[in-house]
Amino acid sequence: MGCVESMNYEILLKNGSFKECRDYVLKNFSEHLDVQPGFRLFDMHVIGVPPIAIGLEGDFIIFPFTKPCHGTFLLRVEDTAEAARLRALKK
Amino acid sequence: MTGETDQAKTALLVLGCPQVPVQTSIALYLLNRLKKAGIVPVIAGNKAANTLLVVADPDRHYLGEVMDLDRAIALISEKKRDFTLCFVFIHNDAGVTYAATMNAISQAKIYPVIYGEHYEDLVNQIDFGCTKIAAKAVHNPLPLKKGIDEVAPWAA
Repeated sequence: MGCVESMNYEILLKNGSFKECRDYVLKNFSEHLDVQPGFRLFDMHVIGVPPIAIGLEGDFIIFPFTKPCHGTFLLRVEDTAEAARLRALKK
Repeated sequence: MTGETDQAKTALLVLGCPQVPVQTSIALYLLNRLKKAGIVPVIAGNKAANTLLVVADPDRHYLGEVMDLDRAIALISEKKRDFTLCFVFIHNDAGVTYAATMNAISQAKIYPVIYGEHYEDLVNQIDFGCTKIAAKAVHNPLPLKKGIDEVAPWAA
């Protein structure tokens, strides 16, 4: 997921477990969708324990990002087009 | 898709963070056993984990193909490649995440290889159907080697 480094992201949770990230999304974002591992988000494939919760808040996308040495981070990235694409998948 | 249909069996070894010493040792051991059984192994890890193996085996007696972990995930997710067997090295929550991901995107038979101080907690987090290989191994690889030998995945 090399592209994450080039994104303007905000870290909502860091060095956490995957479950903590999922619980955070479900608790704090009324709008979300569940996807399977390998789901394409931006130009990467999402890693996680299914179902993976991706939050939506306006044009912001909230998603888990796992690194082998640092656990799972929950990131918040603004992307109007990708948020619209995700909303379309919910219908 | 390439990998298992018309040729030899293949195995993907998904490496975790190399901070626990047994990983590199067990990976080399498993590579050797798989190759001896005629199974073509491929390593997928981050730069540090891969480099530890490449430096330890400069003449590639054990190593074959080595690829970046994100690239492996992408290839399998896009159905461009798959494997017969998949070993996922796990000593933290991230490892469980990678194992669940491989179980979801790959047709391979999954073998989580679980080790470290807290291996029992990690074993309990894996609830999908698979053959777990687990031992409390940090510096001494022998308990984990024993677990692998008992399962003998190369003979399955």
